[in-house]
Amino acid sequence: MAAVPGHVTTPGRMGGPGQLVAPTFKTERLSVVYLTEQGPLRAVRGVSLSVAAGETMGVVGESGSGKTTLALGAIGYLPANGRVESGTSRLAGVDLAGRPRRELRHVWGSKVGLVSQNPQAALNPTLTIGRQMDEMGRRHLSLGRRAAREASLAMLERVAMPDPQAVASRYPHQLSGGMLQRCALAMALLTHPAVLILDEPTTGLDVTSQATILDLLDDLKAQFHTAILYITHNLGVVARVCDRIAVMYAGEISEEATAPDLFAQPLHPYTANLLRCVPRLGGQGTQERLATIPGSLPQMGDLPSGCVFAPRCPLAVEDCRAARPPLVEANAGRKTACLRWQILRSEEGRQTALQLDLRAAAPLTLSAVPRAPAGPPRVRDGSSSPPGTLVAMPQDLLTVEDAAKECPGPRPRSTVKAVDGTTLSVGAQQTFGLVGESGSGKTTLARIVAGLTRPTRGHVHLEGTPLGPSVSGRDPSVLRRLQMVFQSPETSLNPRQTAGQAVMRPLVLLAGLERREAGQRARELLEAVRLPASYFDRYPGELSGGEKQRVAIARAFAAGPDLVICDEPVSSLDVSVQGALMNLIGDLQDGAGTSYLFISHDLAAVQHLSHFIGVMYLGALMEMGDAARVLASPYHPYTEALLSAVPVPDPTSRDHRMRLRGSPPSSAETPSGCRFHPRCPRFQGDLCRDQAPPWRLSDGGVIARDAATPATADAAAAAAEHAICCHIPLHDLAALQEAGRR
Amino acid sequence: MTGFILRRLGFVILTVLLSSVLVFGATHVLPGDVATMILGREASEQAKDSLRQELGLDRSLVVQYGSWLSDLARGDWGTSLSTGEDVRGVTLERLSNSAMLALVAFFMYVPLGIFLGVIAAWRRNSYIDQVISAGSLAFVGLPEFVTAVLLIAVFSRALHWFPSSSAIAPGTGFFSALPSLILPGLTVSLTSLAYVVRMTRAGTAEVLETDYVRTARLKGLSAGNVLFRHVLRNSLLPTVTVIAAGVGWLIGGLIVTESVFGYPGLGRLVLFAVQRRDLPLIQATTMVIVTIFALANLAADIMYALLNPRIRYR
Ligand code: SF4
Ligand code: SF4
Repeated sequence: MAAVPGHVTTPGRMGGPGQLVAPTFKTERLSVVYLTEQGPLRAVRGVSLSVAAGETMGVVGESGSGKTTLALGAIGYLPANGRVESGTSRLAGVDLAGRPRRELRHVWGSKVGLVSQNPQAALNPTLTIGRQMDEMGRRHLSLGRRAAREASLAMLERVAMPDPQAVASRYPHQLSGGMLQRCALAMALLTHPAVLILDEPTTGLDVTSQATILDLLDDLKAQFHTAILYITHNLGVVARVCDRIAVMYAGEISEEATAPDLFAQPLHPYTANLLRCVPRLGGQGTQERLATIPGSLPQMGDLPSGCVFAPRCPLAVEDCRAARPPLVEANAGRKTACLRWQILRSEEGRQTALQLDLRAAAPLTLSAVPRAPAGPPRVRDGSSSPPGTLVAMPQDLLTVEDAAKECPGPRPRSTVKAVDGTTLSVGAQQTFGLVGESGSGKTTLARIVAGLTRPTRGHVHLEGTPLGPSVSGRDPSVLRRLQMVFQSPETSLNPRQTAGQAVMRPLVLLAGLERREAGQRARELLEAVRLPASYFDRYPGELSGGEKQRVAIARAFAAGPDLVICDEPVSSLDVSVQGALMNLIGDLQDGAGTSYLFISHDLAAVQHLSHFIGVMYLGALMEMGDAARVLASPYHPYTEALLSAVPVPDPTSRDHRMRLRGSPPSSAETPSGCRFHPRCPRFQGDLCRDQAPPWRLSDGGVIARDAATPATADAAAAAAEHAICCHIPLHDLAALQEAGRR
Repeated sequence: MTGFILRRLGFVILTVLLSSVLVFGATHVLPGDVATMILGREASEQAKDSLRQELGLDRSLVVQYGSWLSDLARGDWGTSLSTGEDVRGVTLERLSNSAMLALVAFFMYVPLGIFLGVIAAWRRNSYIDQVISAGSLAFVGLPEFVTAVLLIAVFSRALHWFPSSSAIAPGTGFFSALPSLILPGLTVSLTSLAYVVRMTRAGTAEVLETDYVRTARLKGLSAGNVLFRHVLRNSLLPTVTVIAAGVGWLIGGLIVTESVFGYPGLGRLVLFAVQRRDLPLIQATTMVIVTIFALANLAADIMYALLNPRIRYR
C-alpha cells in the first residue's frame, strides 16, 4: 500500500478491539461554501458526524439538503468553486479537509471508497469492467498487471458475481444496472478502505435489484468491517441498512439517532413529518391521508436567522426565530436541533407537529363543461361472470383487449414484445394501479391507451366505443375524456407557456370555452391543485418540480376527463412533495369522479391509491384483482418477490426475504411456458418451463391460457375479483407463503 | 465490425455516385458552348457540329453521363481542352503535390490543436485557457491571403528562413520540397487550428464533468492516468470526426493558399480549370476532391467505432 506522504503515518485500517471506541471517520463543525456569482452559498454548515469501523451511518435528506456536498467535502473532493470554510474531517486522526489533491490521491481509493448513483454513468463506457477494477490494485496495492486482475476477479467473486471472468471482460453498457452497481462496490472495496461512502447507490434501480444490493451490503458489512456513510433520500432503505441515522435539512443536521429510535420516536418536527409523507405498504387501509410539509427549502443565500425549519414548522414559536437552535443531546446517543423536542415525546405532541393535510381539494364542479354522466360505480362480483366466458362489461369505463406491441429488437430481424396481449378494464371512478419493474411494459401499455403508441394488435374501448390506435385519429371528444400526466413535468410542459396558458389550452381546444371563460376556469383549476393565483403568469422555469407536476395535473383535469392516465406522476419528486401530490390525486378523484390508470414501480404508492391492481412482468399481467386481495396472500410468486423487496421504513420489521434469481428481464426473448420461470423462486420444473400457466380465479375457477383463445381467458381474469396466472393452485401458494413467513 | 465497415463503404460509394451526377449536371449547365470554346467564335457551324459529334455532345444526357462515368472509372479522364495534356496525369501529379502540402499542414495543426485544446480544457477558465482560446480564435478571422502575406513578410523577406514562392518543379520529392511547404502549410494550419482547439476543448471539458471521471479521480489515480486513460479516450471521439470534417476546410484553404504561394497543387488546378472552363479538367478534379472528402469521413467513422465499443457492437 502506498504510504501517505507527510506526517500522515499509519494507514487507517481498523480492527484492533481497542480501536473500536474511536470513530474511524469524524467531521467536526464542517462547513462547505460554494463561491458563486450570487455570492457565497453555505451549502453545509457546522456538521459534526462520526462513523466507527463496522458501523453504517445513514445521512437522509431531500434534494438540496447538502448531503452529497457534506460527503464530498468531508473527503476533500469539491468542485473548483467549493471550499471547506471551517471545521475538520478526520480519517483515522488525519484531517482531510482542505488538503491538496496531490496528497489526497493517496487517500482516495485506498482509504476512502465511493460508490455513487447511476453506475451506468459512473463507470467509463470505453473501458472494460476488468480494466477499471485493475486500476485500483495497480495504483494502491502495487500489484502487477496479472496480480491486479486476479485481485479484481477475487473481489467480483466476493460480491457474488456469477461469472467474474466474463463480467471483467464486459463494457458497462453490456451489463444491467444492478450488476454494474455490484461491480462498482467490488471496485471500491478492492483496497479494503477504512471508509466507504455510498451516495444513493440503489436509486434508479428496480426494487428487486435494490433488494439484492442491500442484501449484499449486509454481507459485506460483516466481512469488511468498514465504516459506511450511506447517503439517501429513501427512508425505507436507511431503515433497512443503517445503524445510526442523521437527518439533514438545508445544510444542517436536524436530528441524529439510532435507526430504531428515529423511526419509533422522531424528536424533530421535520423528521416526524417526513416519516408520515411516505405511504407504507400494508398500512391499515388505503386512502388514509399523508402528511405534507408546506413551503419549500429556504434559499441558501437567504437563510432564516433562527431555526432553518421555522418557516415550515407547526411548532415554531418566537424563540425558534431568535437564534439557531444547537444540536443538543436529547437522550443518550441521540441529538436534535429542535428547541421544543420535548413536546414530540408525547403522542398528542406528535399529532400537533404532524401536518396532516386534511383539507380536501376544492371540489371540481364542471358545470361549464358538458360531461358524460358517470356510470353507476362498478361493483366487482366475481360470481356474476361464469369462468371462461368473454363477458361484455358495459359498466367499465375503459377496456383494453388483447393489446400487444412488438418493436424491432436489438439484433436484426428480432422483435421485442414490449406488451404481449394484455386485457384489463377500469371501472368508473376507480383507480387501476399497474405495477412492475422497468421493462415490464407498463408504460408502453399506458401509451397504447393514450394513443401515443400504436399497438400491433388489440383494441382500446372507452365505454364500449372503440378508440383509434393513434391520438391524431381520435375524436376531440375522446381526447377530452382521456388525459395523461407524465413522469417528468420538465418535458411535458412547454417552457414558453405560462402555467395559466398551459391549463387554458385544453379548455379552449377541447372543451370549447371562450378565452375569458377559460382564463377564469384555469384560475379555479390552479386553485384546486393548491397553486396560488399568482402562479397563473409563471413560466415552468420559475416553478419547482412539485409545482410543475401540479400544473400538469391541473391541465389534465381541465377538460373534465373521465380517465386520467398517470405514468409515475410522483416518482421524480422529493418525499415531502410526493405525499401532498398523492393526497391531491386522491381528492380530485373524490371531487370529480375521475378514473385513473395509475402506473408506478412504487408498490406502496400504488396500494395507497388503487382500488384494483395489475402486476405486470415482461409484457403480460401475472396477477390482477382487488387491491387488498392482490396485496394479501396468496400472491403470485412475482408479486410476492416484489413485495418482499420493498424496504420498509421500520427498522424493527423482520423482513421476509424472497429474492429473484438472475438479472432483470430484457424482453428480447420471451421465455417459454411461464414467462417468469427463469427467475421464479417457486419454480416447478418442466411444467413451468413448457406450459403457459392458467389463470386461477379466486372463486375457484381455472382457465387455461394456452387454449385456443387466450384473450377469452384474460377477459375472464379481468372480470374476476382476483386472478393469478400460475401453475400452483391458490391454496398451495397460500400454504407455501405462510411457511415462508415463519 | 466488418459489416459496419461494408455498410459505411457502400455509403461512400453512394455519395461519390450522387456527386458524380451533380458534377456532370453542373458542368453541363455551365454557360458557353463547348465546341465554340474549343474552335473559337469564328469557326463555321459545320466544323462545330462535326466536333460535337466527335465529342459525343449530340447524344442524350443520360448516355453521355453513362459513357463519361465508365470512362472515368476505367481511368480515361480525357484530355484537357486548354492545354491538350492528359487530364489524369496532370490531376494525379497535382494531387500528390497537394497531398504533401496537406500532410505537412495536418501534422502541424492536428497535434498542436489537440494539445492546446486539452490544456485549455484541463485548466479551464484559467489564464492559460483564455490565452489559448483567444489566440487561436484570432487566426480564424484572418483570411488565408492575409496570413500568407504576413508569414512571407516575416519568415521569408525578413528572416530568409523559407522561400517566398513555392513553385516547385514537377516530380520534386517530398524532402526536397519540404522547405517550400512550410509556409503554405502554416498558412493552412493557422485557420484550421482554432477549429481543432475549440472542438478539443469543448469535448474534453464535457468529459471532465462526467461521473466516470469523478469516479476515476476518487479512485486516487494520478492526473496523467485520469487524463489519458479516462478523459482523452472519450473526449477525442468527437474531435476525430470534427478533424475529418475539417478536411473540407483544408481543401478550401488550399485553393487560396496555393495561389498565393504559386504552389502547383490540386487547388490551383481547380482554379485554373474553372477560369478556362476546361470541362474534363473540372470534372476530374472535382470528382477527386469529392472522393477524398468521402474517404476522410469514412476514416473518421471507422476510428470513432474503434474507440467506442457502444457503436462497435451495434
Ligand atoms: S426549533 Fe422551533 S421551529 Fe425549529 S423545529 Fe423546533 S419547534 Fe420547529
Ligand atoms: S407458473 Fe411456475 S414459474 Fe410461473 S410463477 Fe408459477 S410457479 Fe413460478
